Amino acid sequence: MDLKEKLVSSFLAFENSVDVDHPVHDIRSEAIKNFETKGFPTKKEEAWKYTSLNTLQKIDFSIFPKKESMLEYRDVKKYFLHEIDTFKIVFVDGVYSSFLSETTHDGVDVCLMSSALNKPMYKQIIDVYFNKIASKVDSMTSLNTAFSKEGAYIYIPKNKIPKKPIEIVHFSTGNEAALLLQPRNLIIAEENAEMQIIERHQSLTANEVFTNSVTEIFAAKNANVDYYKVQNDLTTASLIDNTYIDQKDGSVVKVHTFSFGGKLTRNNLNFYQNGERIDSTMKGVTIIEEKQHVDHHTLVHHIQPNCESHQDYKGIYGENATGVFNGKIIVDKIAQKTNAFQQNNNILVSDKATINTKPQLEIFADDVKCSHGCTIGQLDEEALFYLQSRGIPKKEARALLMYAFANNVLESVRIPELKVRINKLIANKLGVRLGFDL
Amino acid sequence: MLKINNLHARVEDKEILKGINLTVNAGEVHAIMGPNGSGKSTLAAVIAGKEEFEVTEGEVFLEGENLEDTSPEDRAHKGVFLSFQYPVEIPGVSVTNFMKTAINESRKAKGLEDMPAKDMLKLIREKSELLEIDRKFLSRSLNEGFSGGEKKRNEIFQMAMLEPKLAILDETDSGLDIDALRIVANGVNKLKSKDNAVIVITHYQRLLEYIVPDFVHVLHNGKIVKSGNKDLALELEEKGYDWLKQETVI
Repeated sequence: MDLKEKLVSSFLAFENSVDVDHPVHDIRSEAIKNFETKGFPTKKEEAWKYTSLNTLQKIDFSIFPKKESMLEYRDVKKYFLHEIDTFKIVFVDGVYSSFLSETTHDGVDVCLMSSALNKPMYKQIIDVYFNKIASKVDSMTSLNTAFSKEGAYIYIPKNKIPKKPIEIVHFSTGNEAALLLQPRNLIIAEENAEMQIIERHQSLTANEVFTNSVTEIFAAKNANVDYYKVQNDLTTASLIDNTYIDQKDGSVVKVHTFSFGGKLTRNNLNFYQNGERIDSTMKGVTIIEEKQHVDHHTLVHHIQPNCESHQDYKGIYGENATGVFNGKIIVDKIAQKTNAFQQNNNILVSDKATINTKPQLEIFADDVKCSHGCTIGQLDEEALFYLQSRGIPKKEARALLMYAFANNVLESVRIPELKVRINKLIANKLGVRLGFDL
Repeated sequence: MLKINNLHARVEDKEILKGINLTVNAGEVHAIMGPNGSGKSTLAAVIAGKEEFEVTEGEVFLEGENLEDTSPEDRAHKGVFLSFQYPVEIPGVSVTNFMKTAINESRKAKGLEDMPAKDMLKLIREKSELLEIDRKFLSRSLNEGFSGGEKKRNEIFQMAMLEPKLAILDETDSGLDIDALRIVANGVNKLKSKDNAVIVITHYQRLLEYIVPDFVHVLHNGKIVKSGNKDLALELEEKGYDWLKQETVI
C-alpha cells in the first residue's frame, strides 16, 4: 500500500479519536477529500519542480505512534534555549509532554491545540480562526488539516505581551522505525499584542521522520510577532513546513528560518496583508552539505495599499547539497505605494552543489517600489587573500567570509541568547573555532 | 631582510614581472615608483604570496629563507605585511575581533597561547591612539562603509598591531587628504626601527615627503629600470616617466 492510500484509509481510524460532531470535523472531512483527489505533489507541478517527495512516499511511515515515549529533560536540555526562561510546548513523537512543557493561562494562553479543539471555552475562537488562512487547495496543507488534532495553541489578548519567549519543540525518539508527524499550530495576536516564538523539530535517533506541519498566524492591528524556525535536524528527518500569516493594519510579523540540516526541508511561507501599513519580513540562512535539500517557497500577497515586505535569504551549499528559492510577490491593483524588497544570495562551496533561485513578481498596481535580486557565486578570492595576508589560515578565512556573508540576516534577531546560539551553530556548521565568540 | 633575485611572474598567460632584482636591508625604507601597469602592485602581491600570480623564475628570500610555496598566512606569520590598495569589506566582523583573530592565529603558528584579553585591550588602545582612531570605529564592521581615508588608516592600524618585519604599503596615499596622509605617515614613521623595513609603493612623490625613502626604484614594464636616492623621486615628479621609457629603449 502506498503512503497516500495508507493515509486515506487511516482517516477512518483517526475519526475514532476525535469529536466528529465538532464543526472542525467537517473541515477535516473536506480536507481529506481534497488530499485524496490531489495526492502528493509531483515534479510536474511548477511549485514542486525541484523538490521530489517520491523517496519519502516509499517509506512505510507509522501514522499514529504506538506507544508513548518518555524523555528526561537533562537529555534534551541542549535543544532548548535553556540560557533563558521560556514557555515551552513540547511534543514527543507527536504526543504532548506535560513533563517537558511549561504552559500558561495567566492572562495569555500558551497551551495545546487539542485543548482548544475540545474545550467549549475556546470554541468561539476556533470558529473564527481555525483553517481560515491556511490553503484549502494545497494538498500537503489539506493532509495536515485532515489529521489536525494536536499542536500549539497560542492566544495573546489585546495589549498583552507574554512574560517570556515561547518555544515549540517536537522531538522524535525513534521508537517507530519511521514516523509521520502532522502538528497543527494556531497562533493569534490580538490588537497591540506581542510575542516571540521559537520552533524546532529534532529527531534523536537516525530513524526516519517526516513532519508535515501547518501553522496559522493571525496578527491583528498593530500586533508584533517574531517567529524563529530552527531547522538543524538529522539527515534522516524531512520537514514540510506550511506557514500562513494573516496581517491587519500596522502589524509587524518577522519570520526567520535557519536551515542547517535535514534530509529534505520545504518551507512554504505565505503572508497575506489584509490591511494597511503592514510590515512583513522574511529572513533565512541556509547552510547545508552532504545530499541535503532545502526549498524555500515564499509568498507575499500585497492586498492593501501602503505596506512593506522584506525578504533576505542567504544560502551556503556544500558537497552535493541542493537548494531552491522561489519568492513570489503579488501586488493587487489597489495596493498602491507598496514597497516590496526581495534578495537571495548564494554561495556554492562545491562543484556538485546546486541552487535554483527564482523571483516571481505579479504586479498589478502602478505606484509601487519592488526590487528583487539573486546572486550565485563562489567566495571572493581577493577577500580570502586579504584575510590570509593578515595571518588567518585559509580554512578559517573561508569560514570567516561565509560567516560575514550570512551574518546580516542575524541583525534582526531580537532574542540576544538566540542570536548567540545561532552564531555558534553557524560556526559549528562551518567547522571552525574562531578567535572570538561569533 | 628581503632579497629578490631575477623574479618573473605571470597571471594566466600574461607575464607581468620580467626579472626583478631588489635587496632591502633591515632599517631601510624603499620606494617603488612607476607608471600605471608597470607591475608595482603585482610585485607587492607576489611578495605577500597571492596565489593568482605564478612565479615562473627567480626567488624571494625573507631573512635568508626562500618563500617559494609558502602560503600568504605563513608569510604573514614570518613577518610580511601588505597594506592593500583596496582593503576588503567584511560585514559582521568588527575591527577589534578581526585583529584578535589575526594576532592569535599568528601566535598559534608560533606555538604561543592566545594573548590575554587585558594585554590585547592595552595594545589596541595604544595603537589606535597612534593612528588617532576613535574607539567607536573599532567596533564597526571591518572596512564596511569606511571612507577611503578610514580604510587606509585602518590598514596602518593593522600594521601597527601586527608589528611586521617587512611592511609593503601599496598606494597607501591614494584617496587620502593631506591631514589623513600626515597621520598615516606619522604612524609609519613611529613604527620604523632598525629591525624592520618598509617598501612604499606610490605613484606620486607626495607621500615620500613624509616617509623619506633611503632608496627609490623605478619600475617599468616589469623591471626595475632605475634606482637612486630620494632625489630620484623629485626628478620623476618634475619630468614624469616618459624620459625613462625613452632611456630604456635606447
